[in-house]
Amino acid sequence: MSRAHHLDPLLVGVVAIGGALGTLARYGVIHALHPAPDGLPVATLTENLVGAFLLGLLLEALLRAGAEDRRRRVLRLGLGTGVLGGFTTYSSLALEVHTLASDGRPGLAAAYGLGSMVLGLVTCVLGVLVAAWFDRRRAGARAHGPAA
Amino acid sequence: MTTLLVALLGGVGAAARFVVDGWFRGRWAARLPLATMTINVSGSLLIGVLAGLLSAGALAPTAYTLAATGFCGGYTTFSTASVEVVRLAQAGDTRRAVIAALGTLVLTVAAATVGYAAAVALS
Repeated sequence: MSRAHHLDPLLVGVVAIGGALGTLARYGVIHALHPAPDGLPVATLTENLVGAFLLGLLLEALLRAGAEDRRRRVLRLGLGTGVLGGFTTYSSLALEVHTLASDGRPGLAAAYGLGSMVLGLVTCVLGVLVAAWFDRRRAGARAHGPAA
Repeated sequence: MTTLLVALLGGVGAAARFVVDGWFRGRWAARLPLATMTINVSGSLLIGVLAGLLSAGALAPTAYTLAATGFCGGYTTFSTASVEVVRLAQAGDTRRAVIAALGTLVLTVAAATVGYAAAVALS
C-alpha cells in the first residue's frame, strides 16, 4: 500500500516537479542573499529555517485534515517531499560547516551547524503549532455556528 | 540555461530521494529516521567530492553548480530531517530525537570533509 508510492511513476513525477520548483526558489535565494561579512551562509540558513517551518505547518495541517486520500497525498508529496525538500538542503549546510572550519573559523562553523539544527527544530515546532492553532480555531467556529 | 538545468537536476535529486526513501522504508523498519539520514550523509559525501574536484581544478564551476546546487540540494533535505526529529520528540523518544539530530549533523559534516579530502588527494 503505502510502500509502493515510490514506484508510482505519477507520484515520482509529482515529487520531481515539486523538487525542481523548490530548487529554483533555493537558487533564487542564493543569488539574493550573500554571506554575512563574518562568512555566515545566510542563504542556506534562511532556506532551511523557512522550509522547516513550512513543512511542520503543512504536515500538521494535512494530518489534522483526516485520512490521506489521493488529493492529500499529491499535496504532501508535491509540496512537502518535492517543493520543501528541494528548497531545503543538508548537503550545502554540511559543506559550509566544513569550509568554515577549514578556513580557520571553527567557532563559527560549530555555531552555524548547531544553530541551524536547533533553530530548524524550533521553527518546525512553530509550524506545527500554527497549524494546530488554525485547526482549533476552525473547529471552534464550526462548533459555535455562524456569529450572525 | 544554467538556472533551468539547476532546477531540472533538483527535480531529479528530489525524485531520487523519494525512491531511495521508499526503498529503504520497505526494507528496514527502524525507529531512527535511517532513510533520511542515509540520504543526507550520501548527498553530503557527494557534495564534498564535487567541492574537492572544483578546488583541484578538475571540475568546471558550471558543472559544480549543476551537480552541487542542483542535484545534491534537491536530493538532501533539511526540512524532513527536522520534522522527523520533532516527531520522535513528540512521541516521547527524546533519546532517539537527540541521536538523529546530532548524528545527522556530525555524520554529514564528516562525510563532506572525507569527500573533499579524498577528491583533492586523488585529483
